[in-house]
Amino acid sequence: MYDMPNEIGRFGEFGGRFVPETLMRPLEELEREFKRALADELFHVEYIRILQEYSGRPTALTYAANLTEKLNGAKIYLKREDLNHTGAHKINNAIGQALLAKRMGKKKLIAETGAGQHGVAAATVAARFGMECIVFMGEEDIKRQELNVFRMKLLGAEVVPVASGNRTLKDATNEAIRYWVQHCDDHFYMIGSVVGPHPYPKMVREFQRIIGEEAKQQFIEREGKLPDAVIACVGGGSNAIGMFYPFLEEKVALVGVEAAGKGVDTLYHAATITKGRKGVIHGSLTYLLQDEYGQITEPYSISAGLDYPGVGPEHAYLASIGRVRYESVTDEEALEAFEMLAREEGIIPAIESAHALAKAIEIAKKLPKEKTVLVCLSGRGDKDVQAIMSHLKGGMDVATVHRS
Amino acid sequence: MRLSTAAKTMFIPFIVAGDPHPDLTIELALELQQAGADILELGVPYSDPLADGPTIQRAAARALKGGMTLPKAIELVSLMRKKGVKIPIIIFTYYNPVLQLGEEFFFALAKENGVDGVLIPDLPFEESEPIRRLSASTGLSLISLVAPTSKQRIEKIASSAQGFLYCVSSLGVTGMRDTLPDELEAFLSEVKRYSRVPAAVGFGISTSEQVSMLKHCSDGIVIGSALVQKVEQLLDALQREETKQEALSEFRRYVQMLTAPLNQRCAPE
Repeated sequence: MYDMPNEIGRFGEFGGRFVPETLMRPLEELEREFKRALADELFHVEYIRILQEYSGRPTALTYAANLTEKLNGAKIYLKREDLNHTGAHKINNAIGQALLAKRMGKKKLIAETGAGQHGVAAATVAARFGMECIVFMGEEDIKRQELNVFRMKLLGAEVVPVASGNRTLKDATNEAIRYWVQHCDDHFYMIGSVVGPHPYPKMVREFQRIIGEEAKQQFIEREGKLPDAVIACVGGGSNAIGMFYPFLEEKVALVGVEAAGKGVDTLYHAATITKGRKGVIHGSLTYLLQDEYGQITEPYSISAGLDYPGVGPEHAYLASIGRVRYESVTDEEALEAFEMLAREEGIIPAIESAHALAKAIEIAKKLPKEKTVLVCLSGRGDKDVQAIMSHLKGGMDVATVHRS
Repeated sequence: MRLSTAAKTMFIPFIVAGDPHPDLTIELALELQQAGADILELGVPYSDPLADGPTIQRAAARALKGGMTLPKAIELVSLMRKKGVKIPIIIFTYYNPVLQLGEEFFFALAKENGVDGVLIPDLPFEESEPIRRLSASTGLSLISLVAPTSKQRIEKIASSAQGFLYCVSSLGVTGMRDTLPDELEAFLSEVKRYSRVPAAVGFGISTSEQVSMLKHCSDGIVIGSALVQKVEQLLDALQREETKQEALSEFRRYVQMLTAPLNQRCAPE
């Protein structure tokens, strides 16, 4: 039976807790309280109730009929995390962690954000639970995701621009952790993905596994069997872990899709498992993009949410044992899938989710019609429309490419 | 190991290897030794220094731009030895560069180049077992940290401490602080109850008044960001041949001013 991580937070050799001593006791306290919450039926009941009443769960399973017909291959199903309140799967985790913060008597939340989806989710639950919220966001991402910055402010959060490094998610996470080191006595660090020191990777997985649990049940109801392949995009990898987890012990192909940016053979990508080596980032032993001396290198992706040089340690483990196949998709392929879904199905996906979709399209095309593919549509694309509009103006018109 | 022989409160300065240039790091080390440093902490620049504030982040960025790496920083120690730096030298590095170099190779290289101890700020006690064994077998000290949040953890960390124990003065990352917490003295005396090695205090210490206050309750005082900031102020002058000597003298005078309370005779007990 799959029972990762072990007591010290290791997924095989990956994971662990590589943080300054100041954070060790706060992490021990968090772990203790998380364990208690997991064992507490009332905690689970409240978590599910809020997901239903506030976020609108269960989210739909949508059969992408037009897309399937156009591709003439396997049937494509979408798990619609974009239909969550705030527009992405991030809210599942934010609600779970806010309940935990409340349980621990902490009323101040710290969050980091890339695309802004986790920042918005954190700001949202802070408003809902009457907490303060401070969100660290790279200056580059603030530019790419202006709309989400304004949403966070509307929700009453303070957004702190981060000017170090490449000014993206990695740097925002560094700064969030530094702030936490200084304020760990009364702040709760609400991490947004299955990354960071133990117990975060496990905790975030537990708050995201509802994606896969619902999808599995919905799929069986609809098709009377399990899907042949399940596909999700991977930055830190929280929607993917949430989607994959209930399928780990089933005979289902699992495919994680990383951002290949301008191509994995260029310097501009964020394909951590495909191209990275083992190392420590943000408190966890995992794969990461780095130079030969162990300096972390700057990733690149058109998608702010996938633009991260590390990956959750559980993904590193699942890759190392061969349970999940990790592949990558370029900016252009993702943009093509983005447009195709909009035109064929009337759904504008997040550019992150469009990476998973691009891989699903590629896989479905090669499969016979009786096969099925389930894709995690982790978020909606409203936040990306502006950036993609300017990308299309500045570059080639992907619409013409894919119509031809 | 000769890290812990001093009878007076030790002065433990921190500078970043290669900031602004490896040759200058050697000269700054010599100035620190002249000014009475007991142990030198040589910081290895890292792209993502989670325990460091903006001052040391900027210094690390400068050093990385100049091509500094972990093996080069270690080799710098042997050059320092050749130029007359005799005090013990601790390599301060984040864990990932050590992992990439290979843990065994790292210790062998450190030993070969005259390094006395190693401090890895993101390697807590629970994850340090293999490194602890390697450092013991090569005869180097692995310096451990305790923080104000450590509480029940103090005993286990202190009882297996090597060289000296680094007490983090307050919550937060490295960087100059105007005030230190009121509970600091109680924290230090609790640490000393469990520790068989000297207990030094660091993080935020940047004035001679703070040094004066802390010399009675700690065995050593680590000063980092204040010195790194002084180097930053003197960047241009240090890098021009005609002004270098004067800049080095100014650096030394600053260090002497900061640490003056350590050289005054202690009041009789």
